[in-house]
Amino acid sequence: MSAVSLGYYPGCSGLGTSLEYDASTRAVCRALGITLQDIPDWTCCGSTPAHTVDHVLSSALAARNFAQAETAGIDDVITPCPSCLKNLRNALEHMEDDLFRARVDALTERPLTRPHTVKSVLQVLVEDIGLDAIKEKVTRPLTGMKVVPYYGCLMTRPASTMRFDSPEYPMSMDNLLAALGAEVLPFPLKVECCGASFGIPKKEAVTRLSGKLLDLAAGLGAHAVVVACPLCQMNLDLRQEQINAANNTHHALPVPYFTQLVGYALGVPEKELGFDKLIMPLAPAFTAMQEACAKATAVAEKKPAAGKTEATAGGAA
Amino acid sequence: METIDLTRPDTAFIREVEKESGQTVSKCYQCGNCSAGCPMSFAYDIPVSRMMRLVQAGQKEAVLSAKSLWMCATCETCTQRCPNNIDVAKVMDVCRHMARREGKGGVYAVKTFWDAFMQSVGMNGKVHEIGLMVMYMLRTGRVFTDVDLAPKALPKGKMSILPHRAKGRKEVADILRRFHEGAADEQKVQARLAAAEQAGKQAATQEGGRS
Repeated sequence: MSAVSLGYYPGCSGLGTSLEYDASTRAVCRALGITLQDIPDWTCCGSTPAHTVDHVLSSALAARNFAQAETAGIDDVITPCPSCLKNLRNALEHMEDDLFRARVDALTERPLTRPHTVKSVLQVLVEDIGLDAIKEKVTRPLTGMKVVPYYGCLMTRPASTMRFDSPEYPMSMDNLLAALGAEVLPFPLKVECCGASFGIPKKEAVTRLSGKLLDLAAGLGAHAVVVACPLCQMNLDLRQEQINAANNTHHALPVPYFTQLVGYALGVPEKELGFDKLIMPLAPAFTAMQEACAKATAVAEKKPAAGKTEATAGGAA
Repeated sequence: METIDLTRPDTAFIREVEKESGQTVSKCYQCGNCSAGCPMSFAYDIPVSRMMRLVQAGQKEAVLSAKSLWMCATCETCTQRCPNNIDVAKVMDVCRHMARREGKGGVYAVKTFWDAFMQSVGMNGKVHEIGLMVMYMLRTGRVFTDVDLAPKALPKGKMSILPHRAKGRKEVADILRRFHEGAADEQKVQARLAAAEQAGKQAATQEGGRS
C-alpha cells in the first residue's frame, strides 16, 4: 500500500460529542499510512436542519468547504460522519446542474473551480486500503469479541447518492470487523433508524427506535454494538440510560466506533483511541473477549487430554 | 369522517412539488411500501404513502399542514424501497420547504430545534452543541431537556462550554443572509445567467467584427 494523502472533513461533532471518532480516525489513518490534511477553517455542512430548509442553502454550506479545500489544493475529501458525507455528496451532485450551481454560487460567492470527490472513512478503509492489507497489520486480534455492526440510515442510503455497499443489508463493516478477528453476529436491524436528531425535540423517537436496536443486540448476546455515525453513537450510548428508563430495560452495552476497534487491533495505544470518552465502558467487552479466548484455549488443551483419558480408560477395560 | 375534494386539485401545487423535487408523483401507485418501512410512522398524523396520494390529488393545505413533514427523520428508507424509484424523502423535503415558505408553524419543538441549529451555525460557522441546547431550551421553555445527560457528557470533555468558532463564520453568516434576502431565487439567478450569456455573445460578435 503506497502512501495516500486525502483531505479531511471532521464535522462539528468531531469537536464535541464524537471526539473519540475523530481521534481514532486520525490514529487509524496514521497506522495505515494515510496522510490526512484537514480542510483549512472548515465550517458546518448544514446537516439535517439545512436540507429541511432548502436544498440550495444546504449545498451552499457544503460548497464553502470545497472552496476552502481548493485553497489548500485538496480535491478528494473523506469524512467519518455519514450525515456530513450525504450533504457534501448531495451538494456535488446537485451542482452538476448549471442553474443549481449558479444559485449556490449566488450564496457563497465563491464558485468552485475544480472537480471534487468525497468518501466515508469506512469506504476508504474497505475499498481503497482493503481488508487483506488491514488484516496483515492486526497485532491484537479481537478473537472472542461478539459484535453487531450498526450502519445507521445514511451510510448506504440513498443508494444512488452513497454508491457504497448494499442499501438494505451492507456487509463492509461486518467484513472489516471479521478481519480484525471479532465474531460478527448477523444483525437484522443494521440499517434501521435510531431516531436520528429527534433525541432533543421528540425523545420518544429515540427511546423507541434505539431501544429496539439495543434489545436485539443484547438478545443476540453481543458484547458491543459497533457504529459508524456520531448521531447513532450518541443515541445508543449517551442516551442508553434514558432508553432503559423509558422501556424498563437494563442494557449496559458498549457502543464503540469501528475506528476505535480497528485502532485497537492495529496496536494503536488506547489513549489515542478515546476509549475513555465512551459513556458505556468498553472494558466489559474486552473482558468477555479474554474470557472467551481463555475458554477456547482451555477446551483446545482439554481435548487431547480427554482423548488420552478415554484411551487409558479403554486400555484398562 | 375526514374527506378530501378530488374535483378541484391544486394543479399548480402538484407542478411545484414535481419541479422542486424532480419527481413524477403520478408514478406512485399507492403500494404502501414506504409507509411499511417508515420508522417514524408512529409519530405521523398522515402516513407517508397517504402524503404521496394527497400530493397527487393536489391537496396543498392538507400536505403543508401535516405534522408528518416535521417528524420525518430523512432516513431515506421510503426512497430506497419505492418500486417506482420515486425519491419519496425528497418529496417530503420539498413539501417541508414549502410549508416553511408558507409560514406553517409545523411541530413547534422540531422546528425550533432546527432553527436553533441553523442559528448556531450562523453565529459560529460550526455547530456549538451546548449553545444550541441553551437556545432551544430558552425558546421552548423546556428547560429540563436532557439535564440528566450533562453529568455524563461534561466530565468526558465531550461538550465544550465555549463554541469552536470558525474564522470564516462571517462567510457562513453571509450565506444565510443572502439566502434569506432571496439571492438564490431561481428567477433572479436565471435572469442573471441569461444576461451574462447575452453579454458573452455580444462580446464575441464585437471580437468577430474586429478581426
